[in-house]
Amino acid sequence: MKIISKKSLFLLVLFFSATSGLYAADGVAIDSGATAWMLTSTALVLLMVPGLALFYGGLVRTKNVLGTIMHSFIAMGIISLLWVIVGYSMSFGSNVLGGWFGWNPDYFFLKGIDTSIMSAGIPEYVFSMFQGKFAIITPALIAGAIAERVSFKAYCFFIALWSVLVYNPLCHWVWASDGFLFNIGAKGAIDFAGGTVVHISAGVSGLIAALYLGARRGYPYQVIRPNNMVLVMLGAGLLWVGWFGFNAGSSISSGLSTAQALVATQVAAAAGAITWILIEAFHQGKATALGFASGILAGLVAVTPAAGVVQPYGGVILGVLASIICYMAIQLKNKLGYDDSLDAFGIHGVGGIVGALLLVFFVRPSWMSEAATAAGGSWSVWNQLGIQALAVGIAVVYAAVMTFGIIYLLNKFVPFKSTEEEEMAGLDKSYHGERGYGMLNAN
Amino acid sequence: MKLITAIIRERQLDKVREALIEADIKRITVSRVSGHGQQRVEEMYRGQIIVPDLIPKVKIEIAVNEEFVKITVDTILLAARTNGPEGSVGDGKIFITPLEECIRIRTGERGGSAI
Repeated sequence: MKIISKKSLFLLVLFFSATSGLYAADGVAIDSGATAWMLTSTALVLLMVPGLALFYGGLVRTKNVLGTIMHSFIAMGIISLLWVIVGYSMSFGSNVLGGWFGWNPDYFFLKGIDTSIMSAGIPEYVFSMFQGKFAIITPALIAGAIAERVSFKAYCFFIALWSVLVYNPLCHWVWASDGFLFNIGAKGAIDFAGGTVVHISAGVSGLIAALYLGARRGYPYQVIRPNNMVLVMLGAGLLWVGWFGFNAGSSISSGLSTAQALVATQVAAAAGAITWILIEAFHQGKATALGFASGILAGLVAVTPAAGVVQPYGGVILGVLASIICYMAIQLKNKLGYDDSLDAFGIHGVGGIVGALLLVFFVRPSWMSEAATAAGGSWSVWNQLGIQALAVGIAVVYAAVMTFGIIYLLNKFVPFKSTEEEEMAGLDKSYHGERGYGMLNAN
Repeated sequence: MKLITAIIRERQLDKVREALIEADIKRITVSRVSGHGQQRVEEMYRGQIIVPDLIPKVKIEIAVNEEFVKITVDTILLAARTNGPEGSVGDGKIFITPLEECIRIRTGERGGSAI
């Protein structure tokens, strides 16, 4: 750690001298091409949230469809506001409290960036909103692990606290120019679009929350089937489309690196989906639609940290490996018997870890040579793997500990788990007073 | 042979099913129905109090031989009641009707053994 921190301090200085204008440059001309693509990406990432709502909503039982959809939609409300008030500042401000998170008074209510144009040629408003969409979808992913049995009120408090205490610090460490994981090693921990920040943190937190809450009533003896697979497939499709904003938009430009990320994303999703249904066909005899959707997600999750640095063949291999390992993780879950209802950990946690670690074997040679130059001589795949493992480990431990702490304290004020009556009646009736299909008549 | 038809609250379905399975009564038919009863529900929707005209319920149909009638009825009574042992309006009803014949399609066998 000592050696690394010395080195990273030096790199920090280097980095600052090179890019100090990145986040507050005035007087830079707007690059309309880049801005147009970033606006599109911002919308695409937002589209993933209703996509996730449909995906999760279709997978639960009829009585919980609206409550589950609301888990995603409420995040669009709560986190959007929090992001403007403190989130952007905590994520992309300068280090405070020893680098735990960032802070910049200008970013409070975004009041200081009204006319700010970033050196990438896009208005800072666009960048802040683009990043805000990531902050929205991340806590919504956790809902999949605790579906069908979580109190709506407690969930609202939970995602607000989680976003402030877990997401913002992690985002700061990995993506802010002075974040410690951004500057670790030769060229930082590679997390192009959110493998550690989004998927590993959400997956691990989901696992902790699921373990804390315990299983749904009747699980695993009672068969719990999806209420509407059509919604699931629509949702998975929207997620795939939206992921182009997520990954290709994360280049914060409209050019070569955007195209590279876009191609890696497409092939990883396809490879993941095909792999998953092949495994199913051999293992269970039938290729399911849900399997195809799961494979799409596993591939996309795994390529998320890697999209900017791997070539298409790397994307394909990551997609294949992610599906194999996530499939095994879900089999293991069934054996262990814990209730990660919609496999938030099995897909996002495991897939994210697979991608963040294994991407080092497919990194573009040009990236590696730049890293070697930055390290002052040589930089091997194994050096980078160490950095990746460190970043993953930090994300896993931090997310797990903080999530446990948040739920433990929150549970003292607002009971986190639904009562048995609420669970039997369903989230829709208990918390929203509505029905997903037909307001008055169950038929 | 008797046909036992129980109209119960939707949310009690899991409990009733579990209790029936516990009592070794495993052959049941369940459907979603709606209707009028003594129960009058007022729901708040978009700030307005509305009284739904048809209340959704679940109907369970069980064909049993005479010696199973009592245990089936007792099990449903216990599991379908809400608000403790005194129950509450809207818990539902049980109808018992004589069953003239029962035929298993696979074998064509008739009567009590086909149930």
